[in-house]
This record gives sequence, structure tokens and C-alpha cells, in this order.
Amino acid sequence: MRMASMHGPTLVAAVFSLAGLSAAAQTPQAATTYAITHAKIFTLAGSTIDDGTLVIKDGKIAAVGASVEVPAGAQVIDGKGLQVYPGLFDSVTQMGLSEIGAVSSTVDSSETGNFNPDVVAATAVSPSSEHIPVTRASGITEVLAVPASGGFDSSGSRAILGGQASAFSLAGWTMNDMQIKRSVAMVINFPIIQTRSFDVATLSRKERPYAEAKQEYEKNLNELTEWIERARHYAQAIGHGGPSDFERDVKLEALAPVVRGQLPVLVFADRARDIRNAVEFCDKQKLKMILAGGSEAYQVKELLRSKNVPVILRPVLTLPVDEDDPYDRLLNQPAELAQAGVKFAIGSFDNSFARRLGQNAANAAAHGLSQDDALKSVTLYPAQILGLADQIGTLETGKLANVIVTNGDPLELTTDVKYLFINGQLTSTDNRHKRLFEKYSNRPKP
Amino acid sequence: MNRPFRFVAVAALVLLQTSCVTLAAPPDSSPVIVIQNATILTVTKGTIERGSILIKDGKIAEVGPTVKAPKDATVIDAEGKFVTPGIIDCHSHIAIDGSVNEGSISVSSIANTAEVLNSDDIDIYRDLAGGVTTGNILHGSANSIGGQTVVIKLRWGQPASKLPFEGALPGIKFALGENPKRSNFGVPGQPKRYPATRMGVEETIRAAFTEARDYKNAWDAYSKKVASGDKKALPPRRDLRLDPLVEVLEGKRYVHSHCYREDEILMLMRVAKEFGFKVRTFQHVLEGYKVADELAAAGVGASTFSDWWAYKVEAYDAIPYSAALMTRRGVLVSINSDDAEEATHLNQEAAKSMKFGGLTHDEALKLVTINPAIQLGIDKRVGSIEVGKDADLVIYNHDPLSAYAVVQKTLIDGRVLFDRDKDIAGRAALEKEKKDLLAREKAAAKKSDEKKGEHAAKPGEKKPDEKAKPPSGDQAAISTNGGAQ
Repeated sequence: MRMASMHGPTLVAAVFSLAGLSAAAQTPQAATTYAITHAKIFTLAGSTIDDGTLVIKDGKIAAVGASVEVPAGAQVIDGKGLQVYPGLFDSVTQMGLSEIGAVSSTVDSSETGNFNPDVVAATAVSPSSEHIPVTRASGITEVLAVPASGGFDSSGSRAILGGQASAFSLAGWTMNDMQIKRSVAMVINFPIIQTRSFDVATLSRKERPYAEAKQEYEKNLNELTEWIERARHYAQAIGHGGPSDFERDVKLEALAPVVRGQLPVLVFADRARDIRNAVEFCDKQKLKMILAGGSEAYQVKELLRSKNVPVILRPVLTLPVDEDDPYDRLLNQPAELAQAGVKFAIGSFDNSFARRLGQNAANAAAHGLSQDDALKSVTLYPAQILGLADQIGTLETGKLANVIVTNGDPLELTTDVKYLFINGQLTSTDNRHKRLFEKYSNRPKP
Repeated sequence: MNRPFRFVAVAALVLLQTSCVTLAAPPDSSPVIVIQNATILTVTKGTIERGSILIKDGKIAEVGPTVKAPKDATVIDAEGKFVTPGIIDCHSHIAIDGSVNEGSISVSSIANTAEVLNSDDIDIYRDLAGGVTTGNILHGSANSIGGQTVVIKLRWGQPASKLPFEGALPGIKFALGENPKRSNFGVPGQPKRYPATRMGVEETIRAAFTEARDYKNAWDAYSKKVASGDKKALPPRRDLRLDPLVEVLEGKRYVHSHCYREDEILMLMRVAKEFGFKVRTFQHVLEGYKVADELAAAGVGASTFSDWWAYKVEAYDAIPYSAALMTRRGVLVSINSDDAEEATHLNQEAAKSMKFGGLTHDEALKLVTINPAIQLGIDKRVGSIEVGKDADLVIYNHDPLSAYAVVQKTLIDGRVLFDRDKDIAGRAALEKEKKDLLAREKAAAKKSDEKKGEHAAKPGEKKPDEKAKPPSGDQAAISTNGGAQ
């Protein structure tokens, strides 16, 4: 379906709404070249282009600039009055792994047992999840699916070695189309000294003595240390001979890139003490650490900066950890970390609330973070932190064309995503919620 | 925070709370305040650019482009800022001491949140800092007929006895669907409880109201006998469980019913009709958009979430367009929090209904101000900026229907109970106080270690409990240690 650029805008709109008619429409067989013209382009790599053109070809950004030619045969989208951004990147989710939290048969986010380094999120991501179209309609074009990262899990378990997180784009027929990188980071739920817990089964608080909690912490930490050390020996053995020379172990094999420093560890920890323990551990074991959660990262900001540990923060719309913390403690944290030179991103840590990602970044901006940093904390920074910035995070030639065209600030509550490109394809913003809205808007009066 | 089971999470939060010392009560006389140069979003009377509000005796005395302010009035210059009525949260579980659920029985109308109010709950202050001035404090959703409920003002610093909203009709919580039938959890050691189906939920409610109707008839007969001079008439035995249900039948108590699916919404309206009472609000009511016409025809309010979905099966058809769709079809809609954190940005949650379903700015703001006020029957007092109404106001630095809006001040009854500048200015002193207290604790612990052997500490011995608290607006100067309660 090719058309002359002069006729672009209206015809593209037609293609777009056609795509919207089909529930399954994810990658319509349309032209592979698009040009968004006369738009304000926020490349997030250098200065903003007030009146520019962005060309998408074969799934990639082919050109971007103020005086870029529209290629012959390209579908043209008139971007006058519109703004172009890289799609948002939600860097901690259970997308595709969990459909309805309370129904365990729809949840694949947490494997049983404490040490599962070999499990990989991408294996269990359901491309048909209703969360995917709902989420992308909010301008999020790619996510990191993180095993053992919370959400509601009926088994209640959160493995210490949780498995491998996978990055993927939010459109495609199969995971093969969608996947950006299968193994992005190894999840560690860092052992903590937990004296208090809430028992969902009995709806009651449980407490135990500090000594007992400490003992369990030490046991868990020792086990984790053993796993890492065994993996190091295993990696050395692989280096010295073929697999036929020794007994293979899939779990240790999965950890080999971790101990070699090739695969970062995504370490979940929130309290200052736990973060300190985690940083010390990773430093000693020479693991490439990314902190996730980080509710009290501000208390250890100097440590994080000096050890070069980036943070994926949980939503700033979260109550403070302690009763006597300032009421806006988590809202202020991004600005404080930016000031201290700590690299950070913001994640939703959820599926249903993934579409609040922009809202969270905006709230951080309302509490002292620069607008530029707020936007980058949900685009470029997570891409950099997770080692994906060569593919996503900015609008630069050669990068994956995960692009949104909006009628305003993509972090603001009332902004609409007018056009959505994923893997260079014009993608529908239709979703379960829109369909139900339309269906019941048209319900005849009883 | 993940939100799959609200009532569980809230219970956890409340259980983890520790008590601390109350602030001294403010002086009785309320100050005369004039707020100047503000964009005033009155909600019911349009927007006034660069307007003023005069506050006297806790009420709004004048509103307009200019007001006649006495010379000694305290001036709040709101240049570039926005003033709205206080946010009203029609579904809250803050300020409850202990669990929000009397989860043992399916009809727990004997329990009452009004009797367990905790004025020290820090979430009162946090929500106040988010512009909330009034909350509908509900029992949890574990039972078909839950506990009695109370409307409060977030009068931080006042004792529990001063929290209830004077004259507001009390309520009772009902719950339909997965929570009362315990679909998603069980209590170990306890057999499965009736009801375990939506059919059983209906019959549980019908059975309770059948009893309540007989009980009411017995009382009516007794009253008639007494009125006719029968001195020997024996009163029926009081039943504290049925009393609140009789109040429902007499229209003296509102029913706020937790629900999700369209079928159970229609069910409760049918049962209400059978017994001749009215449901005041459906809470959550995530499929309310499917039966918007029925809700509108019955004049039942809907108090819903902005965009929560998929945490359980009955929330799988939830849509963020629901508030707008129901509004367009004539339902009185509010957006609530059900969560102390969510309550801190209800203004933002209301804004989403402009994007999802195209409500106007005014319509969106009504979802968290005048609409919940009408639902709670307190709209003559609060919910809009009008002369004679309570001076419950919020000052934002930005249009409140934006993710960039931050509350600067919150007033209740004409008193500034939250002041962001003062809160920030007071933090260093609080931090120091906390450090000093910790040092004192450590020193005391050391001393007791030294004494070990002489006096073994008694088990359960109380430790000094003097946690630092954020200052509350004009009480910032008052010691955090003097206190009622």
C-alpha cells in the first residue's frame, strides 16, 4: 500500500483506523517507509528540533533533522502542531508474565525455589496479553519483563536468584518479532533482615526476634555467595575445556555471564542497610550492579555514585517507608539523586499501573527534577542503565523506530498519543479498554 | 505498592502502624484570612481569575474579584496559584486503629469505624498534604454486610472526638463479589464461610433485612403501645446488629456498597427495592459503565477508581473511561482512593477522565469535590467555593488537573492545617529531634546493659514512644510533645 507523499496525511489516517478495527492488528502490512513532517522533535540527543522531519525505514530511524528530504514513496504524517519523542521505556514490569494477579493460572512471574538463574522472562511472555495494547496506548513502546519482581504472586515467593529479565517491544505477532534482548539482567532479590512480615493467609502481622531474622539473612547470603563462587569456578572450567570435559549445569551456566561481568545483576533492595549490603556484596564479587527499588537510595547516594551503581526507582507515587519521613520523601528523591550525580530511571514495577509511568516522572519533575531528566528517566536513562542505548532511548539514525507522536508533553495526564510506531510499524492504539468504552457508549437506552 | 487486595493491604498498613504523641489542639478562635490574586476554581460558580476569598469563623465569607477584608486579616498571596475546594475522598481507610475488617462473620453491622478512630494516623497528615479535607472512613470489604462507617474531616492535630464531620449521616459498608465470598484467600483452620457465591451474597443480605424488618415491626408495635398509654408493654430485646439495618430502612443511614460486576450491581438495587431502602453509593463499581442507565434511573451514586484494573477477575473489564461514560449517562460520579497513597493525588486521578472519555475541566474537578459531597449528603457544607460554606480549601501551584500540580496549603474550617513551606522549613529541626531521641535511647540501652543482672527487664516493658512528626501548618510552632488523647 504505497502512496505519494502529497496525499500522505489523510491516507495514513485511513490506514491507521483500519488497523484499529481489528483487535489482533499489531503489525499491519503497510508501507515500510514513513516520514513525520513539520513536527517538534525531541530527539533526546542534542537539541530539540522545532520544525523537523523524522524518517522511518525498515523498522529503523533512517533520518531525523530540520532539513531532511521525504523519501519517494514514503507515507507522510503531517506533524504540524504535534510532538515526536522516543517511546517510553518501562524498565521494571511483569508484562506478559502476569495477566490477572489474583488468578494464579494467569501468572508466570515467580518460579518456585530460591535460586533460579536459568529461567528467562522472554520464554513466558504472552504476546496476546491484554496489558500490552493497553500499555502501549499510553506511549510506552518497550518494557523490561522482570521475573520474581513482585506484583501480586499467589505463591508469595520471591526467589533470591530470580532469573533473567528480557526487554521487548509492545507489538508483534510473536516474541521473535518483539524481543529487543532476551537476557538483559540477572534478578537478585537481595536477602534482608526481616523481623516483621504480613501474613496474607491469616491477615495478621508476624514478628520474630532479630537474632532469628539475622540468622536467616546470613544463611541466604551465604547461599547466594556460594552460587556466585561456584559459578565463577564453572566459568573458569568452561574457559579451559569443552562441555564434554565436565558435567554441565544449566543454572551455573546461566550465571557464567554474570561472574564474567557481561550480564549485570538487577538487585532489588529498598532500605538503606539492605542497599549498602548489596553494594558491598556486588563490589566484593565484582558483579555489575543495577539497583532496583531504592526507596532509601538517597541515604546512600554517595556510595552509589562512587561505586557507579545506577538505580531503577520504584514509582515516586509511593508513601514514605517510615512514619516520620517527610511526606514527599519519594517524590523528592529523583531530584536529590540527580543533584548527587547518581544515574537513575523510574519504573512502574507493575502491569496494570504501567500506564502511570509518565505520571510518575511528571510528579518527580513537579518536585524539583528537571523536565529533561524526567523525560529521560523513562526513555534514555533506562536504556543506558540496561545496556540497550545502542537500540532505543533516543531518536537517532539507526536506532529502533519505537516512536510516539503526541499532542503535548507525554508525561502529562491529558496528553494523547496520536501515532505510535513500534519496530517501525504504524501501530494501533486500540485496546480492550477502548473497545469496551465504544461498545457500552453505544448501548441503547433500556 | 501493588494493589491486588485492597482490604488486605490496608489492613497490613494499619497493623504496622505505631502510635505516637498527638499535637496540642489549636486555639478555639479561627483566624480571619484573605486569599488574594488566585485563580479560584469554585466548581459550581465558574472560575474567577485573580480573585479573592475572605474567610471568617471558619466559613467562606466572601468570594469575588475583590473582597472587603478587615485590616487585621492574615493575607495569603496566591499570585499565580490555584484555589479549589478541599478534596473529598468517598472511600478511605485512614485513621482507623487496627484492622479495617471484622472478618469473622458475614454480617458485621455491629462493628463501627467511628469507635476506633485514630487521630495520630500519619496518613491523615499525608492525605491532607495531598489536598484531602474530608474522608468517608469505611469498614473493609470482607463481609456481605460490613461495619458502620463515618465521615471525617482531616483535622490533623485534633483528638479523635473532633474528627467526625458534624451532622453527616453515618453509613454502612456492604460488599459484593469476590471479597465477601472469599474467592482469593482463605483463613487457615477455618472452614469455607457462607456465602461462597454471588447467589449466597444476595441471600445473606436478604436474610439480614428480613430479620431487620421483623425487628423494626416489633419496635414499631411497642412504640405504638407506649404511645397509646400501655404502661405494661415490654420493649423488644435490643439487637445491636440489626439496629443499623433498621436505620437503613428508615433512611437514617447510607449504604455504601463495594462491588465490581454489573450483575451484582443490579442485584443489590433489586434487593434494596424489595426492602424499600436506597443504595447511596456503589463503591469501585468498575463495571458501572455497563449499567449506567440503571444507576442513573435509580439515582444511585457511583464512586470509582480512575484507572485500576486486572488485579482480579472482577476487575478485568474495568476501563478508565468509566467515570466519563457514567457521567455522560447521568450518573452522579466520584473518584475515590481506597488507599492512603492514592488519596494524595486524587486531583490527578480526576484529570484522567478528561483524557479518557472527554469530560470538561469543570466536570473532572467535580469528581473529587462537589460530587462526593452530594454522595455523602454534605454538599450544603463543602464541595465548592461558595459564600457560607466551610472554608475547606486547597492552594495549588499549578492547575490541579495536572501531574505537575503540588499542594501548597490545605485549609479546614478556615485554619491552615498543611503548609508546604512550613513543613519543609521544619524538617531540619525534626531530624535533629529524631537524632537526639535516638541518642538518648542508645544511651539508655547502654545503661540498662550495664545494669544487667541487677534488674532483669520485665517482659513487655514499655519504651518511651516519642516519634517526631511533621508540623501541621499553623501549629508548627507548638511543641510536638504536648498532647491530648
